[in-house]
Amino acid sequence: MSTHSEDMAVDLHEDNGHHKETFVSKYIFSTDHKMISKQFLLTGMIMGIIGILMSVLFRMQIAWPDKAFGIYEILLGKWADGGVMDPNMYLALVTMHGTIMVFFVLTAGLSGTFSNLLIPLQIGARDMASGKINMVSSWLFVVSSLLMVISLFVETGPAAAGWTVYPPLSALPQSIPGSGVGMTIWLVAIVVFIAQSLLGSLNYVVTILNMRTRGMSMTRLPLTVWSFLITAIVGIIAFPVLFAAGLMLIMDRSFGTSFFLSDIYIAGEVLHNQGGSPVLFEHLFWFLGHPEVYIVILPAMGIASEILAANSRKPIFGYRAMIGSLLAIAFLSTLVWGHHMFVSGMNPFLGSVFTFTTLLIAIPSAVKAFNWVTTIWKGNLQMNPAMLFSIGFVSTFVTGGLTGIILGDSALDINVHDTYFVIAHFHLVMGISAVYGLLAGVYHWFPVMYEGKLMNKKLGYWHFWITAVCSYGIFFPMHFVGLAGLPRRYYSNTEFPYFDDLADMNVMITVFAIIAAAAQLIFLWNFFYSIFYGKKGPRNPWNATTLEWTAPQEHIHGNWYGPLPTVYRWPYDYSKMNIDETDYVIPGQDFIPQNVPLQPNEEELDH
Amino acid sequence: MTALLVVLVILLFSVSLWQLNKLFILSKQGLKSDEHPGIATDKDNKYNGYLMIAFAIFIYALVIFTFYRWGITLLPEAASEHGVEIDNLFLASWIVIFTVGILMQGLLHYFAFKYRGEEGKKALFYFDNSRLEFIWTIIPVIVLSGLIIYGLFTWVDVMNVSRDDDPMVVELYAYQFGWRARYAGEDNELGKANVRLIEGVNQLGVDTSDPYSKDDFITDVLYLPVNKKVLIKMRSQDVLHSAYMPHFRAQMNVVPGMVTQFAFTPTITTQEMRESDRMIKKVDNINRIRENKSLDLMALGNEGLDSYEFDYLILCNKICGNNHYNMQMKIVVVEEDEFNDWTAEQTRLEESLNI
Repeated sequence: MSTHSEDMAVDLHEDNGHHKETFVSKYIFSTDHKMISKQFLLTGMIMGIIGILMSVLFRMQIAWPDKAFGIYEILLGKWADGGVMDPNMYLALVTMHGTIMVFFVLTAGLSGTFSNLLIPLQIGARDMASGKINMVSSWLFVVSSLLMVISLFVETGPAAAGWTVYPPLSALPQSIPGSGVGMTIWLVAIVVFIAQSLLGSLNYVVTILNMRTRGMSMTRLPLTVWSFLITAIVGIIAFPVLFAAGLMLIMDRSFGTSFFLSDIYIAGEVLHNQGGSPVLFEHLFWFLGHPEVYIVILPAMGIASEILAANSRKPIFGYRAMIGSLLAIAFLSTLVWGHHMFVSGMNPFLGSVFTFTTLLIAIPSAVKAFNWVTTIWKGNLQMNPAMLFSIGFVSTFVTGGLTGIILGDSALDINVHDTYFVIAHFHLVMGISAVYGLLAGVYHWFPVMYEGKLMNKKLGYWHFWITAVCSYGIFFPMHFVGLAGLPRRYYSNTEFPYFDDLADMNVMITVFAIIAAAAQLIFLWNFFYSIFYGKKGPRNPWNATTLEWTAPQEHIHGNWYGPLPTVYRWPYDYSKMNIDETDYVIPGQDFIPQNVPLQPNEEELDH
Repeated sequence: MTALLVVLVILLFSVSLWQLNKLFILSKQGLKSDEHPGIATDKDNKYNGYLMIAFAIFIYALVIFTFYRWGITLLPEAASEHGVEIDNLFLASWIVIFTVGILMQGLLHYFAFKYRGEEGKKALFYFDNSRLEFIWTIIPVIVLSGLIIYGLFTWVDVMNVSRDDDPMVVELYAYQFGWRARYAGEDNELGKANVRLIEGVNQLGVDTSDPYSKDDFITDVLYLPVNKKVLIKMRSQDVLHSAYMPHFRAQMNVVPGMVTQFAFTPTITTQEMRESDRMIKKVDNINRIRENKSLDLMALGNEGLDSYEFDYLILCNKICGNNHYNMQMKIVVVEEDEFNDWTAEQTRLEESLNI
């Protein structure tokens, strides 16, 4: 659309879009969005391996609290002397697992990877609006990840106050060793992470609004791009508030201010702090924290919508309703943070308001779920691994979303707040679902990332079915643990004989978790093997309509040889019949790519 | 031992990689020339379609199995007045959740099976239907409105404490890692307190110059009279804690620098709860588990476990440090005259702090 992209088109036409590149400019300091997306994915995957490994360790501790394991000592060193895990280390593990999975895997790893890969390719642009800012964003992510990993090795241990880092626990090293240097590095890493996220998000928004190719109106954008746009906007609104909270916490920790601290007697002395309130921190944290879960899930929704439509060989049902519900969810997501604080001691009237807004958000979510199910209805489903993960996504999103009705209701939240019920709920609705979205995206767009190579489907099937069974095996019974009244973040439950009847359930959950983690090795193997030895497929392996499949398989800076494609239709013309209903519009081909003009035998619809 | 484990892990890992590689090679054989090892064929669609149905059955079976096997672990009937209201609201929400959940999972997986791809089959070009979408917007709107209104009435009922109820005032004091209860005494008015006043035996920082302090008394167990409203005022000396009393459907965070509160009326005494059918069954089950564990422990030369008797509990439910998992207090609910006897025996601050 913009003149900028056309100028570039002319440039690239002349020198054929190919520059001589060194190793450093191609793989390390690359400004090419395709390479940057791979950097995001790889960093996210490494962080994911660390995060999942941590969960295996603390799940083993929960299942067998009175047993010593040599593996603890090997991995945790002095924190597991003689193979017995230190309670502080247990808390550090759950804290770092949450931080790493939410921010580093599901925010940067998911949204960073696919926004970078797909935005330019699906809107028909040569690259992001600013390749350099994009590069900075990608490297800040690496710096932030490195900082977070380094914090694991400090003497007093990594941050251990929970991923929500509520003060005073996170502010006072006297209260828990993890709140020493480990917490300082945690905060610095998060500040760098926020900078990374903001630079990336601004770039995504500018690119989508300004650099769409000719004919690509907003209502012809694939739902992936819509979801990336809205995710980026929510991120721009919410992340600065966490930045402020982080800054104030740093001040409280190191410079003697009292934003969050008041009337504290610890380690035998009274602190000077007076007048602050931890509840203020909770407000600031959750003003980011709740939109954050939508930052995690919206891209997964976009990816699943796209893959469900392409593999059902059907248009997505209710395209405009899908956009509308994305917008409604994004808008409401900034008004519901208080549902994390029903029993924080804030005024109960606020609790009523947040119950109201929270349950409202179920409406657009329900519309989306119904539309996905209708999309596969009467389709011709191609069961590629990406499709399986997208169907799995709808399943876990529905299951996890439904229990949100309990947690969003202030009166019911009283008794399940901070129990395992919450863990089961959010892991299904935004953990597993977002991971499914991420995996579906990797299987589906692998050929775009790696020059036409495909991942092996058989391994994909094994990967999906084992993961799907284990996900329910872990998180369905976990609701019961919460409903039985067991709080989260307990190093061991054996101090309460009352909970002894949950011990065998915890063992079962841990066994499922270990199998699920092991199943991810199949994926890793498949991923790296296919990068090097994967078999090249056709240019458009899934017969999809969107523009990324019209680009040449080999990677060139600028994405397309010659002029950019022009768009004539929406991205969901699957199985569209001609006027006489005798055959598809293009005979023998059940899809019409976006760059194909309106055909004479075709009815013009409203897109 | 450790070295052996490491070797074993490395060995098993290598074996699994080798097996994966074999699987990989096998999966490449038997392909037709126009097939690609990355793209689903009709055969894949068929198998995965059947697996979808099997998966739906797995989910349903898991639900039934979990209820059958672990139903006994769920909390017993609410032991407080408002708890009954909350349980009713729970029930209403569960009905909605299970209905929608069973229906949606069934449809999703059935469609995935029914419409599995076949060569030559045509999908329906069906992209919009405002009436359908209106229906499935309005139904959640109605159902959720009902739940919101029901929920809000319950919430307001639970959280509002009126002076007319004339509740007994008790302070719950939290610290790393334990709880104390301070009773207001005969005047039902707590003496002022602040952490800055903590000194020596005055561990709760009670203001000894406040005349209301005189008849206060501090205990390690929370005694409550049955059928009398109690207003629990909460104070923390160091970090955030949360007073979680699951059997009373009660919870409130304890925040340093402010006083939070929660009021409820216990309706079932500890003794009555112990004698209820469900609790007898539950405790029997727990003791059977403990006996088995005891035998294992004693076989290894360790001490066995005591048998368990039910008591109401306060648990800490906000991460508060390394002993978070063992920060508990016993609650004992008794008849009113027994409570009065117990009160009479307690030492007042007047005496213990020499006010």
